Amino acid sequence: MRKPPAVSTWRNRLLGRWRAVLALPNNSTLKTMLVALAVCLVCSVVVSAAAVLLKPLQDDNRSLDRKRNILEVAGLYQAGQDVNLLFGQVEPKMVELASGEFVDDGVIDPAAYDPLRAARDPAQSTEVRPDRDFANIGRRERYATVYLVRRDDRLQHLILPVRGLGLYSTLYGFLALEADATTVFGFSVYEHGETPGLGGEVDNPKWRAQWRGKAVYDENGALRIEVIKGAVADDSPSARHQVDGLSGATLTSRGVSNMLRFWLGDDGFGPLLNKLRSTGEKA
Amino acid sequence: MTGATRKALLDPLFNNNPITLQILGICSALAVTTTLAASLVMCLALTVVLVLSSGAISLIRNHIPTNIRIIVQMTIVASLVIVVDQFLKAYAYQISKQLSVFVGLIITNCIVLGRAEAFAMSNPVRLSMLDGLGNAIGYSLILVIVGALRELLGAGSLLGYQLLPLVTEGGWFHPVGIMLLPPSAFFIIGLLIWALRTWKTEQIEKPEYQIHQVHRTEVL
Repeated sequence: MRKPPAVSTWRNRLLGRWRAVLALPNNSTLKTMLVALAVCLVCSVVVSAAAVLLKPLQDDNRSLDRKRNILEVAGLYQAGQDVNLLFGQVEPKMVELASGEFVDDGVIDPAAYDPLRAARDPAQSTEVRPDRDFANIGRRERYATVYLVRRDDRLQHLILPVRGLGLYSTLYGFLALEADATTVFGFSVYEHGETPGLGGEVDNPKWRAQWRGKAVYDENGALRIEVIKGAVADDSPSARHQVDGLSGATLTSRGVSNMLRFWLGDDGFGPLLNKLRSTGEKA
Repeated sequence: MTGATRKALLDPLFNNNPITLQILGICSALAVTTTLAASLVMCLALTVVLVLSSGAISLIRNHIPTNIRIIVQMTIVASLVIVVDQFLKAYAYQISKQLSVFVGLIITNCIVLGRAEAFAMSNPVRLSMLDGLGNAIGYSLILVIVGALRELLGAGSLLGYQLLPLVTEGGWFHPVGIMLLPPSAFFIIGLLIWALRTWKTEQIEKPEYQIHQVHRTEVL
């Protein structure tokens, strides 16, 4: 007679344990703990597996969506066309925010640069003074990626990434300016966690359409653009700086105003815009 | 098909529809039905969650301690919802942005927990999954009708294809603006319930109390 292999007894013992656990009365403390543990383990494995395996696809989608938004805000998006192909018309460019100088692609590669990661890295960012942190972003990266659209070698649109706190979430968006660095060409928010139907209306195309043609600065160069509460009165002298508020979403609307106040101001793209306005484009 | 199978699968369509008879899942029925495409994706997400959660809960039903059963059910439902949400973000990004929080809110959809507690906890796996499927189809049926009506009347299109030429684009159709707002779903669901109860009169509820008649003498 051959002895059964050792594995088998080991397996039998484990099976025995398993049966013993299953046979426990359901409401005993031990079984309650074991079932809770087992359910949590299985569920967490399933959830993490889905999250990890699908992450590359989701990241691709997110980057495509960003590109699509840049194209939309620049008026270049055509439904049905390949986004990556269309994006060839847009030139990403690095800017040192404090000086407003463009940085050569050789120094920092815009394709590999992640402004949000840079903003979290103390070596690549600076803390924003709390009394000037209108957008509530905490830290601001030293270099930002802006997007240029040229036609016949002349700058046509300048697209600035903006972000800031709304009511519940940070809004991420783009502001497209005409070559005069004063007139708004388009505004869009591509990521937010505001209440659908209220603050979530920041991505409503009808509301976004109002932004075109608004003037960021007044004659004296003061930053005036804002989202007001209620509707803009057409005869108001400030009408050309104002956009209707989102009804039922005062704090999200205020968040949009504050975010533009920060990013168009001295701590944001102010130096770059000043330079463009006084000298025209040199990049 | 045996009687029990047929009952589990087909009863929730008209006789015991989760939306029109049990009045469950109304929140998502109002929120995501502005377009047919969004409704369809929502239905698909709910179907997957409901079938799998009913199956999983039924599979371990004899070992779930009664004192933590709701938590166990919620954990399973929540995990499935997260997985479905991850899949949508990977394969249908635009729609998932449009549905925003409402896919996540399937966790709190009373239909899912209702079926788990009322059916899956006391029935075998296959039957529970069929019951889940039946209820999901019952829910989907209403959502698709509401979504189709709202998109057609509110925007003159179905699945994005313009069927009724809009006045703004030189056609004859004046879009009904309220159809794009959540209250219109209330009206449509109300009308559907009315229609269904006219057809199946046994669904009409008995009045819970008699409205008190005021007599002239009492007023004086």
